[in-house]
Amino acid sequence: MAFVTANWNPLGESFYRKIELYEMGWNLKDGLRDCLVAAAPYGGPIALLKAHNRRSPSARPQLEIFSSSGLPLASFPWKSGMVKQLGWTVSDDLLCVQEDGTVLVYDLLGGFKRHFSMGNEVSQSQVLETKIFHSPYGTGVAILTGALRFTLATNIDDIKLRRLPEVPGLQGAPSCWAVLTQDRQSKVLVASGPHLFILDNTACTPVTPPGLSPQASSIVHMCVSFSYKYLALLTDSGHVWMGTSNLKEKLSEVDTKIKGSPKQMAWCRRPKSQQPSAVVMWDGLLLVVGECKETIQYHLEDDSILVPELDGVRIISGTHHELLQEVPGACEEIFKIASMAPGALLLEAHKEYEKESQKADEYLREIKEQSLLSEAVRQCVEAAGHEHEPETQKTLLRAASFGKCFLSNFPPEQFVSMCKDLRVLNAVRDYTVGIPLSHTQFKQMTLQVLIDRLVYRKLYLLAIEVCRYLKTPEYQGVSRVLKHWACYKVQQKEESDEVIAKAVSVKLADAAGISYSEIATKAYESGRTELAIKLLEFEPRSGEQVPLLLKMKKSPLALSKAIESGDTDLVYTVVMYLKNELNRGDFFMMLRNQPVALSLYKQFCKHQEQETLKDLFNQDDDHEELGNFYVKASYKEQRLEARIAHLQSAVDEYYKAKNEFSAKTTEDEMRLLRFQRKLEEEKDEQLVGFSLQDTMTTLLSVGLHKHAEQLYKDFRMPDKRFWWLKLKALAEKEDWEELEKFSKSKKSPIGYLPFVEVCIKHHNKCEARKYVAKVSPEQKVKAHLAVGDVEGAAEAAIERRNESEISTVLSRCSATTDHLLVERLNRAKATVPKK
Amino acid sequence: MASHLFCGRVNLNILREAARKDLREFLDKCSGSKEHEVEKMFTLKGGRIPSAAVKNIVFFVRPRLELMDIIAENVASEDKLHPRDFHILFVPRRSLLCEQRLKEKGVLNSFTNIDEYILDLIPYDGDLLSMESESSFRECYLESDQTSLYHAAKGLMTLQALYGTIPQIFGKGECARHVANMMLRMKREFAGSHTQILPVFDTLLLLDRNVDLLTPLATQLTYEGLIDEIFSITNGYVKLPPEKFAQKKQGEGGKDLPTEPKKLQLNSAEELYAEIRDKNFNAVGAALSKKAKVISAAFEERHNAKTVGEIKQFVSQLPHMQAARSSLANHTSIAELIKDITTSEDFFDSLTVEQEFMTGVDTDKVSTYIEDCVAQKDPLIKILRLVCMQSVCNNGLKQKVLDFYKREILQTYGYKHILTLKNLEKVGLLKPQSTMRNNYPTIRKTLKLWMEDTNEQNPNDISYVYSGYAPLSVRLTQVLARPGWRSIEEVLKMLPGPHFEERQQVPTGLHKKRQPGENRTTLVFFLGGVTYAEIAALRFLSNMEDSGTEYIIATTKLINGTSWIKSLMDSPEENLP
Repeated sequence: MAFVTANWNPLGESFYRKIELYEMGWNLKDGLRDCLVAAAPYGGPIALLKAHNRRSPSARPQLEIFSSSGLPLASFPWKSGMVKQLGWTVSDDLLCVQEDGTVLVYDLLGGFKRHFSMGNEVSQSQVLETKIFHSPYGTGVAILTGALRFTLATNIDDIKLRRLPEVPGLQGAPSCWAVLTQDRQSKVLVASGPHLFILDNTACTPVTPPGLSPQASSIVHMCVSFSYKYLALLTDSGHVWMGTSNLKEKLSEVDTKIKGSPKQMAWCRRPKSQQPSAVVMWDGLLLVVGECKETIQYHLEDDSILVPELDGVRIISGTHHELLQEVPGACEEIFKIASMAPGALLLEAHKEYEKESQKADEYLREIKEQSLLSEAVRQCVEAAGHEHEPETQKTLLRAASFGKCFLSNFPPEQFVSMCKDLRVLNAVRDYTVGIPLSHTQFKQMTLQVLIDRLVYRKLYLLAIEVCRYLKTPEYQGVSRVLKHWACYKVQQKEESDEVIAKAVSVKLADAAGISYSEIATKAYESGRTELAIKLLEFEPRSGEQVPLLLKMKKSPLALSKAIESGDTDLVYTVVMYLKNELNRGDFFMMLRNQPVALSLYKQFCKHQEQETLKDLFNQDDDHEELGNFYVKASYKEQRLEARIAHLQSAVDEYYKAKNEFSAKTTEDEMRLLRFQRKLEEEKDEQLVGFSLQDTMTTLLSVGLHKHAEQLYKDFRMPDKRFWWLKLKALAEKEDWEELEKFSKSKKSPIGYLPFVEVCIKHHNKCEARKYVAKVSPEQKVKAHLAVGDVEGAAEAAIERRNESEISTVLSRCSATTDHLLVERLNRAKATVPKK
Repeated sequence: MASHLFCGRVNLNILREAARKDLREFLDKCSGSKEHEVEKMFTLKGGRIPSAAVKNIVFFVRPRLELMDIIAENVASEDKLHPRDFHILFVPRRSLLCEQRLKEKGVLNSFTNIDEYILDLIPYDGDLLSMESESSFRECYLESDQTSLYHAAKGLMTLQALYGTIPQIFGKGECARHVANMMLRMKREFAGSHTQILPVFDTLLLLDRNVDLLTPLATQLTYEGLIDEIFSITNGYVKLPPEKFAQKKQGEGGKDLPTEPKKLQLNSAEELYAEIRDKNFNAVGAALSKKAKVISAAFEERHNAKTVGEIKQFVSQLPHMQAARSSLANHTSIAELIKDITTSEDFFDSLTVEQEFMTGVDTDKVSTYIEDCVAQKDPLIKILRLVCMQSVCNNGLKQKVLDFYKREILQTYGYKHILTLKNLEKVGLLKPQSTMRNNYPTIRKTLKLWMEDTNEQNPNDISYVYSGYAPLSVRLTQVLARPGWRSIEEVLKMLPGPHFEERQQVPTGLHKKRQPGENRTTLVFFLGGVTYAEIAALRFLSNMEDSGTEYIIATTKLINGTSWIKSLMDSPEENLP
């Protein structure tokens, strides 16, 4: 334990430590010299490509992929073009950027996945420099072309190339540049001599870092922190300037006293760290700079590369793999020489306890007196998370557990989850797996992603064990791993369809939420259609089966599966697909067997393809619908002849459908249209398109009584309606004479109250009175009241001895003026026999 | 802002928040809109999009082909010099068909983001969810297009993801069966993916609208129902004639009357409205005057406030009191507007006829009232409502009667309505009498659909919402809760479609342990629409002292007789280019 601080170096207020992660398992002849090297963050894989020999382009270099511990994962001769840059995506895919701007994508086991181009402009002027970067939107590629222009793709899974504006006055390649992610946009920061520019989509803006040392005449190197929040610049005068990446604030500036151009520079800053710090690497020398004048220097024996991480920098050389980081706060508190922090005391107490010494009690008392025991436990747990050696982790956790015994109601979650996390981390850090994740990184990348990474490495068993151990919900955990396993399994050519289908179904049987269609797709892609169909049978989501079935040209099955799913959009998709694939006859036949699909297709045709709709009705001999179809069509025609022709077709169809009523009605409609046209020609009245009722109203209002009469007879209009119609039309015209004549023409089928009311409506009380006498006894009271004759109403009501009518009249009397009347009415009301 | 969603037993705000989160996530994806600042909103129409100084344009659309054509036109006529980013958000679901159409039009690649906004059930009130799918009834029953049912099933799955698996499902009708089948299938499909939640709902009842065609045809007589019948409530808002709402300021005696319609939001966040919305309109007057007294008494309190403390307390209550007073003024005005109509002879006559039909008086012959209305050329929808009602209450009309009505309508309103009449026949609202016995009277008697002694002021039965008629749909719901559907097997067989019961496994440990006296919660889903009066009736059941069940209501669309019939009409002239 005494050695914990052995590798600590002070810098300003804090300490830095360099931990050995692995002794590399690879056996490289020349170390990393003359190699293109790319190591993925979060302890990802390392790719190596021997530099191309320009003199003998036919010599094929070997591309090699290793785990972080240097175990080989893949190796193959590079046959494509000249590679400018290697890099890893967030999902552990290898990107190889060629000189002509083509980017080749490989998985981490060396399988070729796809390639894409960075655009014509790039391929014409060739790639000068490339940077591969990660942002919340995925993995991006930035290219500086021979024409000194930048082209950028923010997310290689959804490529949208952006060509950035020109940098003014740029003569040769810029001295250095970097990609920033700010305000949801990827920008490029370029240094050209002493000048700095920010390039975004629209503009190139010159910027000045605040307080940059005046001795500097050019910026020779720059790097951006893992979080894109901070920026470090190295000037030709050997000064390292550190500040925020928006260039608003300077954090520190340190003179390294070294003027040569460095090989690499990286931020070495832990979240919540005390001070900004960066690591600069020259040949054989590594320098850590912070806020103070002093620096930490490490000697490097070998060619190395720096891999920036969230909480430090990894240093990979031909033989070793190390992590350089600021010592985390909790570790510092506990292990600093002569620390009196509660965690340190607790650790001490536990040590004494193990030795069965009573000093344990003294230490404990000391912590408890300051009521810091829970703080002590927390410190020990946290520190355990930051320690790499399992022995140290255990010591700290035991101390924490010991401290917990003296606390009541201390929440156990933190302790428990730390124990579990460490167990998982130690498992993946193992030499054979080679993922040297720190606890901070693990929390940031999440368990989900770790599982994915294990799956990419085909470490299925370990992945499942981890899921089970951490009790991940099946859907996100075990099931997902099994799906990946199955996808891999179906590509194994040497086994038969039956064997594989059985193996897959047996293993996956109990797992919830398995997407069999994805597995089937994999099988189909590797040319095993039969296996794919077998696997699809296991898929519970019928909707998921459809796209693949279509791809495999199993359309009838696809259609019935789509219908089964209830998702009408899916049914439409299949129907539209079939429509393009099959000839019309076959297509209609298939629809006929699937009524759900047929009615949906009819809906579609109604809006989009009227003629097809007609064909469908014809095929089914659906005369009723054909009739409706023609009726609808008739209204789309402007010319009367065409309209009538359509209606005639409708009539024929309705007769075929034995729908006499519709046929007759439509014939009536044709008759009316002809009549209207004839009259329009003769009398110049706008009539076509009016209903029968409106036509007659118009005729009456212009005095064409004969013609109205004719329609009334021809269309066998009910008397009642005709009387209402004529009554209203005449009153509207205020043709009172004609109205009176009409009232006497025969006995009114609607009675005479309407006459009274219509007159009143047109403010003609005088005319109204004429009809009161003719009103039937039941309506007399109403009629009298309508013309304002209260007395008359009273007479009528009293005569009829009707209580409710008397009440109605009473409500219309005013007590002052109609005093006598009210009395009479009240008397009459009293004598009305109660029912 | 959404206080009205909290008031019920089930906190529907959870659903609202989940939906808001999804929307925010989408807007996040459209880079640049970091503050989700929406500059302007436009209604979708052809041509070029009106100019606005923005970088991103989001189309927020239902997945319908005709809308895709408009969008394509919008995108195509975009100013090439100042390109903006386009995004599409489909509500409630992406559609391959629509994307295909955009591809055909050559604009699919112009979109930076294409995504879906899964918003099936929209919370309208503390106990009310609606899909606002206008044409759902028409699509399901007329056009055999069950798209909206798929969305309904998906919506129910979302609901179960948030509120736990619903252990019991009951249903009546073809559509109900279809939805239940899809739900059970989806449940299998997503096995294991749901986090475990203690069930909030005990029962789900799925009801087809065509099981009860009668209720929406009848004129609603609750306060809210009448507001909807007369002024139509859209998306929780109503527009009212402005005259009655003129601000009377001293000095200017109504000089400038407002001309814009008065727009009011209606939901239970408004205390007074929550109190009176579900009352029979005849009981609203009394409630309003009682409230007026309470409010003026509260204002009088100021005279009693003597000490500084008392005055301070009075002042602190002022905003609340003033809000109450303006709310009272609004509803008094609305009630007056409604009263003008309900006291008219026309209204009385048509209500009388409706009630005669519902009680089975003279339903087998031509009604003189309808005849007169046609002769007067009253609004067509009113006629259709009445004729359909007569047909439903008589289990079909004699061929002669039916043909007479049809001819009357066609001659008066135009032959083009022949298609509308055919539609009404297809969905069963109009039909010729079959040889089968008219079973409506049996249904009416068994389910007690007509109550003679309805108390409108202090109701003791749901029939108060139609002043005598108890909505069939709600009776079915009521009987299901107690004593159960087994008691009405015979009647259920007379109503269209199958009735069924399904059980969904709830993981052990999630079985609800009911406290004694704790109510059950039932979600009633009306497929094809629900009226405000039916909602009122269900709320009445929830509030009944010994009911033992509380109801949450979901529907494809809030309807009334007029909007419903309108959705079934076909007027070919409107399709003219």
